[in-house]
Amino acid sequence: MSTGHRDVVVAGLADLRERERVVVEVDGLELGVYLHAGEVRAWHNVCPHQGGPVCQGKIMPRTIQPLRDDRKSAGPAFHPADRNIVCPWHGFEFDILTGRHPAHSGVGLRPIPVRVEGDEVIVTI
Amino acid sequence: MPDFPTPRSDGPRIRELAEIGGRSDTRDVLAHATKQAQREYDDYFIVDIDAHVSEDHFWGEVLERIDNDVWRHIGMDQFGKFAGNNALLNIQPGMSHQSVGGRIGHQGRKEPMDGESGHPFVTAARRGMDAMGLDYQVVFPSAMLLLGMHPQDEVEVVLGRAFNRWLTEVVLRQDDRLKGMLYLPYNTPEVCEELVEKYADDEGIIGYTVCSTRNNPVHSDVYTRLYKLIEASGKPLAFHSGYHWGDPSFAQLNRFLSMHALSFTHYNQIHVTNWIINAMPERFPDIKMVWVESGLAWIPFLMQRLDHEVLMRPSEAPGLTRLPSEYMKEMWYTSQPMERTSMELLEAGMKAFNAETQLLYSSDWPHWDWDAPSTITRLPFLSEQAKRNILGLNAARVFNLPTDRRKPAATSVLQQRPGIS
Repeated sequence: MSTGHRDVVVAGLADLRERERVVVEVDGLELGVYLHAGEVRAWHNVCPHQGGPVCQGKIMPRTIQPLRDDRKSAGPAFHPADRNIVCPWHGFEFDILTGRHPAHSGVGLRPIPVRVEGDEVIVTI
Repeated sequence: MPDFPTPRSDGPRIRELAEIGGRSDTRDVLAHATKQAQREYDDYFIVDIDAHVSEDHFWGEVLERIDNDVWRHIGMDQFGKFAGNNALLNIQPGMSHQSVGGRIGHQGRKEPMDGESGHPFVTAARRGMDAMGLDYQVVFPSAMLLLGMHPQDEVEVVLGRAFNRWLTEVVLRQDDRLKGMLYLPYNTPEVCEELVEKYADDEGIIGYTVCSTRNNPVHSDVYTRLYKLIEASGKPLAFHSGYHWGDPSFAQLNRFLSMHALSFTHYNQIHVTNWIINAMPERFPDIKMVWVESGLAWIPFLMQRLDHEVLMRPSEAPGLTRLPSEYMKEMWYTSQPMERTSMELLEAGMKAFNAETQLLYSSDWPHWDWDAPSTITRLPFLSEQAKRNILGLNAARVFNLPTDRRKPAATSVLQQRPGIS
């Protein structure tokens, strides 16, 4: 078995654009590939909390706490742009683009190098 | 499906993994746990002391076993018309936030059972036990955990009786890896006594449950005969914690997060405090007390707090011959939800209550905040023997369970679902 890095086409760009997320296993390595705000990201399908299949959960807008001008709470709201990956095991959430937990910058997903060439989404594993 | 390139013989093997939701097969949801078992603990004997039987999903089966004609009629009428799975219960559906707005699908899940024989809960439970690498699983009720706050004591009695019948006659008989703790309608002590005697020899019942979310003082003399019966049975008495939005103690809380963080420790703290300060361990020294689903962080707090108070005010705890912490070190605690954001605090806390001999692994599956067995195997400060004790050997001692392997190999469990999870 080779120990070197290799490029693997894991999705078509048009398909990923339509579906927002594709989760695959490539020779035993599980990863999720995301397209959001014109950016492509790939993350290991392993939650840093308990090892859950984080990329197989829901995608949700980030919940925020807006304030009125007088600093009173305006109630919870969905962020108009930010999208979170939600681990289906326990609800840990991670920003699609940064992989970071919204309340703890030290907790995040492990990235996988990913690029787009033509219509091909290619990860380096 | 994505547009994968045409497979070549030397190309990578690529398969798509499906989104996990409320209708996913338990084995798919837990496939990562099965892989953890395969790598880390496939040879461990594991007993899960707290999982949930999801009785509210089969509520009609429970209601039809009510032994009072009038209450059965009212329950079935509500069930068929407007209350459904909440018939006769005192839960507030609009205040049920456990799934985090549907983000966590296995809370309240309903997986298809096409082609499977037997009761659907038993099938789902067997899948869960196999996927997590469990030899035994002890199941508690879910919606009924709040019944201690029901304003109609007689409803707790009829539902408690019906649930015990359903649990023993329908669920536990179908798989002897599943075990149950008898529901005690603790607001009515004489019925608790009747039930302990009735189920004394039931092989599936390995202990007794009081749902902690209630205001009964556990030291009350009304329970003296019940405790004597439980002590004589040799089976443990467990207090399973919970929450209740109607409790004035929590009226200021506006999030389920806050409620969950405080209430699940609150009720068991009160009951442990009353149990010890009223010298119940001296009066009933052979009752095996198990405190369920409060996590661990509260235990060292309460040990130190009560020791501090008793040293200053011994006249108010005249039945004690030792400090409260010494009695607490002789009780058992279930692990979930195990707080572990600080390993230093967790290690000190576990040392305080002798976790190596007193801690019992629990998953709380299929609830939203469940813990996999890897939460124990991955603790860096535990010895190999301590991990084996906590994951199963302590439970075998408390519940008199044989330690022969009962689960299939993790490798074979994974092979049953090729290409799906």
